Amino acid sequence: MTTQSNAIPGSTQESQVLAPTVIPATRILYWSVRRELWENRSVYLAPLGVAAIFLIGFLISLFRLPEKMRGASALTPMQLHELIERPYTYAALLIMGSGFVVALFYCLDALHGERHDRSVLFWKSLPVSDLTTVLSKATIPMVIIPLLSFAITVATQWLMLMFSTLVLLGNGQSVSLLWMHVPLFQMSLMLLYHLLAGHGLWYAPIYAWVLMVSAWARRATFLWAALPLVAIGFLEKVAFNTAHFGAFLGGRVGPGAEDMPYTVDSISMAPLALHTVLRFLSSPGLWIGLMFAAAFLAVAVRLRHNRGPV
Amino acid sequence: MTVIEARGLRKSFGATLALDGVDLRVEEGRILGLIGPNGAGKSTALHAILGLTPYQGELKVLGRDPWTQRDQLMRDVCFIADVAVLPRWMRVAQALEYVAGVHPRFDRTKAEAFLARTSIRPASKVRELSKGMVTQLHLALVMAMDAKLLVLDEPTLGLDILYRKQFYDSLLNDYFDGRRTIVVTTHQVEEVQHVLTDVMFINRGRIVLDCSMEELEARYMELTVRPARADAARALKPMHERQVLGRSILLFDSGVNQNIDRPQLAALGDVRTPSIADLFVAILGSMPTQGAAQ
Repeated sequence: MTTQSNAIPGSTQESQVLAPTVIPATRILYWSVRRELWENRSVYLAPLGVAAIFLIGFLISLFRLPEKMRGASALTPMQLHELIERPYTYAALLIMGSGFVVALFYCLDALHGERHDRSVLFWKSLPVSDLTTVLSKATIPMVIIPLLSFAITVATQWLMLMFSTLVLLGNGQSVSLLWMHVPLFQMSLMLLYHLLAGHGLWYAPIYAWVLMVSAWARRATFLWAALPLVAIGFLEKVAFNTAHFGAFLGGRVGPGAEDMPYTVDSISMAPLALHTVLRFLSSPGLWIGLMFAAAFLAVAVRLRHNRGPV
Repeated sequence: MTVIEARGLRKSFGATLALDGVDLRVEEGRILGLIGPNGAGKSTALHAILGLTPYQGELKVLGRDPWTQRDQLMRDVCFIADVAVLPRWMRVAQALEYVAGVHPRFDRTKAEAFLARTSIRPASKVRELSKGMVTQLHLALVMAMDAKLLVLDEPTLGLDILYRKQFYDSLLNDYFDGRRTIVVTTHQVEEVQHVLTDVMFINRGRIVLDCSMEELEARYMELTVRPARADAARALKPMHERQVLGRSILLFDSGVNQNIDRPQLAALGDVRTPSIADLFVAILGSMPTQGAAQ
């Protein structure tokens, strides 16, 4: 049909032979996650900032440490434990908390921002499926942020222990008491379990819900994510004068809630027992939650496929 | 090989029909200009071809159904929409790295070589680039993909004339090799005229003209006559007439009026092949154009 079809014979065939025609799905997922991190630097900057501020506060508090340790002999072992370990627990809680907040805001924007700035047209012009895109975006709150929180917390806690040790040694005091009450390896193990089980798996339906809303809403993703839940709670309260839905949500998010099976002293020093893990893995709440998460993500994939720029 | 084949393509937004039974066939190696007024259905047609919007009817692009197989299709198809779609937070180097990561037929050195000829620096963010530079960047990405079909939706919208000229020059000299296929929509019809091998007019979701440039040249004639000869020319039933500087310019369609030929018209005045823009005005000027959805 065309008169020019032989202009550069063979050039396309050659390059087709040289270049692979298919890139493995794992590699596409890897690059998709990397691009999420390029775009959303708050994912690691926010926990790092929180850690830095906490460390500064902790360094200032170290001026009082030698005095505190001198009075330690008067305390019961429980009080002593509380006194020495508490800052380490706070550091973990603050960094994890900031990670959770960052994850929520990330999800609110993840599938909405690209439609809002029309860059979705660019992303969709590349051979990346909607499934891969949604999975890469779910990976950030469910895997990347927990692992980052873990790394940052452990580094922070090591720095805290190191500085405390230096201060005590500088004052000619013994560090044995400090090291006895801050078993970092055990704490790190507990923390890792807590983050993967709690923030990764237990919170998965929350993140998936928010991702789905962000794929659906034309604007005001935060309101669309939050208001339906509030509305259901109110409806239940007015209609039946009960608060099961609120309790259910509280059990998902609130720390120390009764039916939060993974939280058994998990960030304190209690050893990570096998039965804790097994109890968590066999709790129906976990699996029901994961089923909801899978359903929300499936809808999000569908919406990514169907919806255009807003 | 047929690159795009559509039969009875329909798409409606609420009560308005954006595509009303479009039949389309684009062969390999063609450069097709899809031309129509605002809201004629051009972008909807392109979005259907790219798997960005669902449709009714039959559509195959490179043998695939774009709506269900977009991700596979995009290994062989690339797309530039108007300039706003590159993510503004992205750095130039990141764009190259990412596309190289996910696209099986992307040649990064080729893109870098193209960018080296521009003033775009790898460390710049897209938001720091001018509109023209963003288009250059997108073109660099697209030209380094060894794709079979390139779809351009108003690629030069909002660019100054230098960038527009450069854009089509690069496209013809560095990209088009006769085996690739390009579909382009634009309002700057005059600038693409010399680039196209085929032209298609679309209005209110329907195709009103579909022909190759050779056919267009053979079929349509534009006659410029002095007033004294105007009546004689009008007797030959022109499809359209306009007045410019005291002369009449008449357009003839030898496809409808088969007993007209060039020598006959040349006896009355100057005969030329009409520009696409004039032909567009002549064909669509006689129809109601407005009212369709964007």
